[in-house]
Amino acid sequence: MATDACSSKMMALEFKSTTLTVPVLLLVSNDLTDIDHQLQEKVAQAPEFFKSSPLIIDFQKLTSQNTALSVQEIVDLIRQHGFMPIGIRGGDESQNKEASALSLPVYATHSQNTPPADKKPEKIMPAKEADNTPPENRLICQPIRSGQRVYARGDLIVTATVSAGAEIMAEGNIHIYGSLRGRALAGVLGNGECRIFCSDLQAELISIAGIYQIRDDLSSYPAHKPVQISLDNQTLIIKDI
Amino acid sequence: MARIIVVTSGKGGVGKTTTSAAIAMGLAKRGHKTAVIDFDVGLRNLDLIMGCERRVVYDLVNVINNEASLNQALIRDKRCDQLYILPASQTRDKDALTTDGVGRILEELSKEFKYIVCDSPAGIERGATLAMYFADDAFVVTNPEVSSVRDSDRMLGILSSKSRRAENGEEPIKEYLLLSRYSPDRVKLGEMLSVDDVQEILSLHLLGVIPESKSVLNASNSGIPVILDEQSDAGQAYADIVARYLGESRPHRFIEEEKKGLFSKLFGSK
Repeated sequence: MATDACSSKMMALEFKSTTLTVPVLLLVSNDLTDIDHQLQEKVAQAPEFFKSSPLIIDFQKLTSQNTALSVQEIVDLIRQHGFMPIGIRGGDESQNKEASALSLPVYATHSQNTPPADKKPEKIMPAKEADNTPPENRLICQPIRSGQRVYARGDLIVTATVSAGAEIMAEGNIHIYGSLRGRALAGVLGNGECRIFCSDLQAELISIAGIYQIRDDLSSYPAHKPVQISLDNQTLIIKDI
Repeated sequence: MARIIVVTSGKGGVGKTTTSAAIAMGLAKRGHKTAVIDFDVGLRNLDLIMGCERRVVYDLVNVINNEASLNQALIRDKRCDQLYILPASQTRDKDALTTDGVGRILEELSKEFKYIVCDSPAGIERGATLAMYFADDAFVVTNPEVSSVRDSDRMLGILSSKSRRAENGEEPIKEYLLLSRYSPDRVKLGEMLSVDDVQEILSLHLLGVIPESKSVLNASNSGIPVILDEQSDAGQAYADIVARYLGESRPHRFIEEEKKGLFSKLFGSK
């Protein structure tokens, strides 16, 4: 063929990496007759969909229950139903060996098997733990300059000006007795009860518990007037003091 | 012990080198032994403004690398024997500066000199941060326009957090505001920020206002620090600034529009 002649001097192969979505069969019981019945029902619902479908067999649940199951037997059973097992994961040592003998790859479990939903609570946990330690309020008496960032674990009190381009954040309330020209974020861990108090509102951005307003939204409020900002029903309320 | 002054701004072209030259000359003319160091390695200008560009043999980087002694590199001013200039290297870049090297030079200079003026390059990178790291006083040069004011504000933040004094928990650097290229009639027209506007944003002690003046460019071109031009408004403004820095109280000038006499009104000349 013409293409063969052309490609004879070129590379014969190339390794590439790809990500595929493969169905996983998570085994909960080692009772082969139960598995057989239930597989039959599933396949009957959508025969075309499961026909020749690749499959990874997940032994994680069984391993955690110390329930043994022969890889050879389950692979044979699955093949009878028209699936093509392409590997196992979560098995114990003997199952892994058995799989290797059958030329079935052994995949690692941890990367994919934890759904993202499980991870979220973990991330919030340290923050909650941090809440248990007493909050530290911070008092700042010098101007906060452009480019500076200040974070307070509790309330933040600034007796000077917060310049444009500066960013102050607090887990609690923020009080500013100079002009606020930079960004002020109160209740950064999500406490919507927090407030921002300032004697001159010219901020680039104000935020309470993640709800924010930028300079353009604030232009209707006159500067050089003491105000307090609170959160009510997911809306920032700016009131004179 | 010498007092180390850094002349800084963040933004370029606001008059740092002009100010460094004028302040250093002013201090020296009052009898204080003064050294002025150009930290703008790679873009050296101070030697031109000081009129000593033909006498540069060794420079700051040579001294840092121990290729020359400090005495070999220091250039004595011809007009004032209390003033010495340490030029920057033109053929290197700012990475040639090291904290240890600069610290060593300033320590050595401190033994002999009363004042050391450090002319900072623009920006907030290595050259600028090293110029201010060892400072005792900072002259923040600002033009009356928003971008210059914001850059100065940024620089003030760095001064208060990344200097030797800040790191050792000592008394913070004393910061002074120098408002340069000020033009009262343009302020009146609303084209320029006023002294009060800038003061409100930076909340800094105002050391002096330098008016926009032709004499500055003339002085730079001829290599004479503008403070030596005693007839010029800018020269007088710098003389006031030096006096105020040394503790004299002088009223601020050049903030209000000059009242024009009948003649100048008629003929339109200043």
